[in-house]
Amino acid sequence: MNLRSRAEMWARLGCAVVLVAATTGTGVAQRRTDAVPSSPDDKMVVHVLNRLGFGPGPGDVDRVRRLGLAAYIEQQLQPSRIADDAMTARLAAFETLTMSTRDLAAKYYLPAQMQRREVQRAEAAAAAKPDMRSEISAPPAADRPENKGMQGERLVLAELAQQKILRAAYSERQLDEVLVDFWFNHFNVFAGKGQTRIYVTEYERDTIRPHVLGKFRDLLGAVAESPAMLFYLDNWQSAVPGDAATSMNMRRRRAGVRQQAMQPAPAPTRRRGINENYARELMELHTLGVDGGYAQKDVQEIARAFTGWTIDVPRQGGGFRFESRMHDSGEKTVLGKTIRAGGGKKDGEQVLDLLATHPSTARFIATKLARRFVADDPPAALVDRAAARFKETDGDIREVVRVIITSPEFFAASSYRAKVKTPLEFVASAVRAAGVDVRNGLLLAQSMRQLGMPLYMCQPPTGYSDKAEAWVNTGALLNRMNFAVTLSSHPRRAGSTATVVTEDQIASVVLAGDVSQTTRATVARATTEQQKIALLLGSPDFQKR
Amino acid sequence: MFSRRIFLKDGALALVSLGFAPTFLARTVEGMGAARQKVLVTIFQRGAVDGLNMIVPFGEAAYYAARPSLAIAKPGSGENTAVDLDGFFGLHPRMRSLKPLWDSGNMAIVHACGSHDETRSHFDAQDYMESATPGVKSTPDGWMNRYLHAQEHRKATPFRAVALAQQLPRSLQGTAPALAIGQIAQFGIRAGQNTDMVQSSFESEYAAAANSVLHTTGREAFDAVKMLKKADPAQYAPANGADYPRSPFGDALKQIAQLIKADVGLEVAFAESGNWDHHANEGGAMGILANRLTDLSQGIAALVRDLGDRMQDVVVMTMSEFGRAVTENGSRGTDHGHGNAMMVMGGAVRGGKVYGKWPGLKPEQRHDGRDLAITTDFRAVFNEVVRGHLGLRNTARVFPGFTGTERLGMF
Repeated sequence: MNLRSRAEMWARLGCAVVLVAATTGTGVAQRRTDAVPSSPDDKMVVHVLNRLGFGPGPGDVDRVRRLGLAAYIEQQLQPSRIADDAMTARLAAFETLTMSTRDLAAKYYLPAQMQRREVQRAEAAAAAKPDMRSEISAPPAADRPENKGMQGERLVLAELAQQKILRAAYSERQLDEVLVDFWFNHFNVFAGKGQTRIYVTEYERDTIRPHVLGKFRDLLGAVAESPAMLFYLDNWQSAVPGDAATSMNMRRRRAGVRQQAMQPAPAPTRRRGINENYARELMELHTLGVDGGYAQKDVQEIARAFTGWTIDVPRQGGGFRFESRMHDSGEKTVLGKTIRAGGGKKDGEQVLDLLATHPSTARFIATKLARRFVADDPPAALVDRAAARFKETDGDIREVVRVIITSPEFFAASSYRAKVKTPLEFVASAVRAAGVDVRNGLLLAQSMRQLGMPLYMCQPPTGYSDKAEAWVNTGALLNRMNFAVTLSSHPRRAGSTATVVTEDQIASVVLAGDVSQTTRATVARATTEQQKIALLLGSPDFQKR
Repeated sequence: MFSRRIFLKDGALALVSLGFAPTFLARTVEGMGAARQKVLVTIFQRGAVDGLNMIVPFGEAAYYAARPSLAIAKPGSGENTAVDLDGFFGLHPRMRSLKPLWDSGNMAIVHACGSHDETRSHFDAQDYMESATPGVKSTPDGWMNRYLHAQEHRKATPFRAVALAQQLPRSLQGTAPALAIGQIAQFGIRAGQNTDMVQSSFESEYAAAANSVLHTTGREAFDAVKMLKKADPAQYAPANGADYPRSPFGDALKQIAQLIKADVGLEVAFAESGNWDHHANEGGAMGILANRLTDLSQGIAALVRDLGDRMQDVVVMTMSEFGRAVTENGSRGTDHGHGNAMMVMGGAVRGGKVYGKWPGLKPEQRHDGRDLAITTDFRAVFNEVVRGHLGLRNTARVFPGFTGTERLGMF
């Protein structure tokens, strides 16, 4: 397709945008595939592969073309019907991915904890001797034979990080992976906070993944009961002041002084009283959004409603438990609605119902999804329609996503290559574009750290940003270029096999020919194929999707 | 872009500062020409240092009653007793290397200081200290980043804010540019013998980028690489016999000194010192804590010695998320507590004084009956450094929600 016909295609699309925009308002659903071009050019196929997934790999553009763009989109919206055996086989070696948290705790975390204490004791003994004062000169911790347990503990997060990046690179269920990333990030937990780390595997697998295309209320409820979130935002400790359970714990603690002395690092003192962290983030980040129309009083009342939502034996990887002795059974008023006294666990459920059906939530979720799939500042008309669809379908995420990814705005020329890739999108798309076979995903996971996006290690509950400014800073940008050099010229250092594609295939297929004159010129000057590929993957052209 | 300071290059003034004693104090700095760059070096002691054994209240009988196996002996003979500061407080004996700084009046201490938030979670407390908004988790940026915005510099270089760390700490995260550099020698394009070619190729690609974010950042990145190469920080071997500890912390401080001396526009720097969470077998004058304090104080002493004259424009500030319980626990360690001590050192600091109101350590004087109470909000210390040293008049944007009006008078 020559330049002129491409321009015509975009012009026609532009007309479609105007047409659809003029007739929207009712029956959005009936015209939902209006904007999906029936005879798309390469750019549109690449656009869909870049937005619904982590970019084109060898053969992908042809495959989508054969299937038809609308059919491909529909297929991606039904991930359970897509065979993904190669992915399953690739992950089979990671045993921790399928283990329960209790088993993970027993096999990896509790031994590691004991190990740490022993090491600490040994170090203290050594440090007490004047001639061995320098802790600094001790061999690196990982080299010491007694640290096997700690390595095991690290293995759990290492396997989880690898599976994330490998799935992004190789899963056939690309949209599913994009949405798992999206929703994990929306309901972010930080694996570096205490016991949260032992729950992250289960959190992504059992709490997030099954619901990413389901009902928002189900996802919200699963997160609210997940030990990962309960621990991360402290709700597991939140109790009505002076309640029976915590007082009992205090008495037990006082009575058990002798027993405690046997345990070098006792659990942090359980603070009596309400903890508002979860209540606040539940509204600000999970549902209504910061300007969603709530007051500090609502935070306090919601915190009261969730007292008693706690974790059964967190150190041993126990599950959710409602502890009525920690629960504030009085009446609450949330966003103007009364929650009657004595509701027990139902108090929290009522709050979740209220928030999931609140118009601010529909708008907030619609905005974030549109930002992910369309543009950093998504068109208002699209957000309106997606929010309306959210309300119409009782928060059916699949339907909201469908509205967005089949919209005229999605296919508008202004959306094409308008997003800057996050580090995850960059690394996964580079692996796909280069057609390499990653043998050791750990090295890729480490690259994510250098690119400023360590997996499962985003500290604040806001999650990682989905806007370009957050990712494009001087240090991280240089590291993207260095990653491109490593992947093409020293693939083994990236844990990969050598690239199987040519520079020309990347330029013409993966980038659909959208390579600047300058980039073409620098690539032309390079003397080896590896260098050419590095200069393409590290180029500004490849940073966009 | 910025003027390399002539006096250092020709060494005329540098010649004078050979000894460790902070000669920068007495030196007149007039007539040096270009406006002098103020530098703030922050050090985060992650894990909650035991402030009561770092800055020892040896004048408190309750201190000794609470810590039968951990207490540091009153100043006296021998190398294992507290280093007397003012007749009431003393430095841990392994911190003796900082005593000259105190004696010359360039080291201030703020005790019984910290965050009023009740959390005893390392994660939350560090988060609150770095965002400088205790109790508010969703603050998107760190206080040092907000400072960069509040005090715009027309001639800011890419090295204005640097963390010597693999990742940008929360303190520096935000929308103002800030760099995380693990090793300054590694900063740039790494393509072996092809580095020059690959670098210039990428540079021209980004110069031509249509996307403005990629274009601008690309230009900044290559400016930074070239600036660093030209300034060649590695040429600045430690001066004045400064001997940095061979540890990640010592290494970070050494590189901060190199960046300062290379005049690349560094204004705020961040270094971490880890492993302060001593629930068991903490040790007293010797032991685990003592080793960590050796690393900390020798690192800072080396930085001060290395920078010589330049310390006139540099302030080093330490912080840690919370303190530790007054009473030692059953395993000869200390559990998570509340109030702590911060150190502020530099040429312009009114040192030789322990600032803040001392609440006492008797059980009834403690917070919750167990911890050192807090009489100075940590933000009061940050605020004073930002105003007094970095010269920002209106700090409301840097410390939103902080209404404390207390003035310690450290500057």
